[in-house]
Amino acid sequence: MMRGRALPYLLVAPAFVFLAVLFCVPLVQTIALAFQTGTGFGLGNFVQMAEDLNFNDAVVNTFRLVGVAVPLQMLAALGMAVMLGHLRAGRDLVLWIWTIPLGLSDLAAGLVWLALLNDQGYLNTVLFHLGIINGPESWLTYETPMALFAAIVIAEIWRSTAIVMVVLVAGLQLVPKEYAEAASVFGASPWKIFLRVTLPLLKPSIQSALILRTVLAFEAFAVVLAIGGRNFPVLVSEAYTWQHFNQAPAIAAAYAVVVMGISLAATVVYLRVLRTPAAQRA
Amino acid sequence: MQPIRTSRGFSRRIWGAAPALALAVLAGLAGRPAQAADLAFSSGALAPIEEAQKMRTVILKDYPGKVEFLPDQPPALLTRVRAELEGNAHVSSVLGANHGDLATLVPSGALLPLDDLAAALASRGFAPDLLKMGRLGTEHQLYIPWMQATYFMVANKKALPYLPAGADINALTYDQLRQWGEAMQKATGKRMVGFPAGPTGLMHRFFEGFLLPSYTGGVVTTFKSAEAERGWSEFAALWKTVTPNSTSINFMQEALLNGDVWVGFDHVARLLGALEKQPGDFVTFPAPAGPKGRGWMPVVVGLSVLKGAPDAEGARKLIGYLTQPSTALVTAREVGFFPTVNAPLPPDLSPGLKLAVSAIAATGGAKDAVGALLPIGLGAKGGEFDKVFLDTFQRIVIRGEPVRATLDRQGEALQRIMNETNAPCWQPDPVSTGACQVK
Repeated sequence: MMRGRALPYLLVAPAFVFLAVLFCVPLVQTIALAFQTGTGFGLGNFVQMAEDLNFNDAVVNTFRLVGVAVPLQMLAALGMAVMLGHLRAGRDLVLWIWTIPLGLSDLAAGLVWLALLNDQGYLNTVLFHLGIINGPESWLTYETPMALFAAIVIAEIWRSTAIVMVVLVAGLQLVPKEYAEAASVFGASPWKIFLRVTLPLLKPSIQSALILRTVLAFEAFAVVLAIGGRNFPVLVSEAYTWQHFNQAPAIAAAYAVVVMGISLAATVVYLRVLRTPAAQRA
Repeated sequence: MQPIRTSRGFSRRIWGAAPALALAVLAGLAGRPAQAADLAFSSGALAPIEEAQKMRTVILKDYPGKVEFLPDQPPALLTRVRAELEGNAHVSSVLGANHGDLATLVPSGALLPLDDLAAALASRGFAPDLLKMGRLGTEHQLYIPWMQATYFMVANKKALPYLPAGADINALTYDQLRQWGEAMQKATGKRMVGFPAGPTGLMHRFFEGFLLPSYTGGVVTTFKSAEAERGWSEFAALWKTVTPNSTSINFMQEALLNGDVWVGFDHVARLLGALEKQPGDFVTFPAPAGPKGRGWMPVVVGLSVLKGAPDAEGARKLIGYLTQPSTALVTAREVGFFPTVNAPLPPDLSPGLKLAVSAIAATGGAKDAVGALLPIGLGAKGGEFDKVFLDTFQRIVIRGEPVRATLDRQGEALQRIMNETNAPCWQPDPVSTGACQVK
């Protein structure tokens, strides 16, 4: 029957149209804009982008941030997810509290940390009362790059570890208890069970969480901007600066294409490195 | 917090787009945003919501007639005005905008000549320089100066004991400012001078309108000159007394109020909050002078009548109303933009406003003043123009790169922008035919 055959396509159509209009069209437009030069198509915008004062800093800072924050987040999220699994009472309450940062906007989270760490912030107040410092210390200036970087990493971890944890909690719930029980019958220690049984079975979830988190970390923006301002350029904040302050949308588009390329590459790497053979999928 | 008044506020950028979009949609649905009977007044100034409300409910209250006040961010405003003109769908009659924004409309002939109106209003006592700017380099009066503002410096009274001996605070030099900063650093152990070099700060205007005109007497033509080299070197020396938090300061009033900064520079709109809140704690004074004089950047907002205005006669009446001294005073009191006409300020002016007014008067009236206009004719390249100065600052002052090599390199970028836009020189650079040239 025609109607029966068309039905699945009709049901998919709204989502398809939505994606095509609001995602694919702007994507194609952005790529076209990035390669458009005054006279035709070329790499002019990318050259201007790469020759810019902040480009190298932006690339290095972005990779530093991803390289430090994402592994720490994975470890923290894994620990949190496992701890949740062992809680007897109040599990929902703890989960709820841990996911509060997810409900905050990036910018608000950045401003919260700025309020903690700036010269008149709570950190300095505490340090002053403990007698560690004699007056307001600056932590977030171009003269204190390590402290600034640490602050941004901490804020990023605080803000977005929860999303990783939620994925891993869901993954842990899918792991059948029988495997762990069997391992313990054969005398495996809890640590060994975690390393040899739970972790391998969790691999698909870890893969999803890593892809999600890494792509988002390459797009880190509002937290970085709130805390680091122009002292800590990253790729997306440079795209924003070119679009809004320098009013050069083509260069901003070139940055967007670079960010997209890096995110795609990272996803492919994760898909290959953490591949789980179909037979092993839990 | 004082609302952001320039086009560079980033939150305003984000939120500013929403009403514009809504307006565009409404305009599309209804055919026209303003009622036929109302006079539509489009404005690039007073776009923040609090100021727009002051405009509607206080400043325009006594105007005999209905006015639809339609403020927008300057880029969006110009896009809308051009769309009205090109689509022959005239909505706006009066256009209020910065000198530089109005200048971009001159080539298309969008602004009607107002010579007769200027003559009729002459008794108001417009500042002659401002009237001349309103000709926008043509034979005709294309806008009537509406409001003005500028940048100046504010010092905490605690800083005054450290002023170098013999220095007159109203006639400071850059050298004296450095000595002042050094003395404060020695006494407090902290760097107490501040500049608004944060992401949405207006630091570029300091270079374009204050530092470079003071040292070189120009901006573009003298960009690579030996005088510019000296100016940047001395500014880098001055920067050693400037708080490193400056690269996070967007509004100097906040740093002044919390005591991070004792001596700071900014736009009046970004200082007024501190002056209004604690007028007893601060003094105001013009920015320093260099070898070529005291550079300063007047910010003039003008009123124009648009070609094809649905109500050109009403537009003239509205301009007459907005520039009468009593309205100008209300405007100054409500939104912190100052009169362009001879309007004796009332004795009941708030102490904060008084501080601002005296600094603005001292700045424009300084014997050695070198007026430097906002960039003109750069169109969409205005942002990249500003970036040239910010990058030069970043390289020389923050990263300590060699001055000469940096100026040569950034000078090329500057020349490329001038060539691409074919923009002629503007004051204080000498008049040019064709694109302004970096010498």
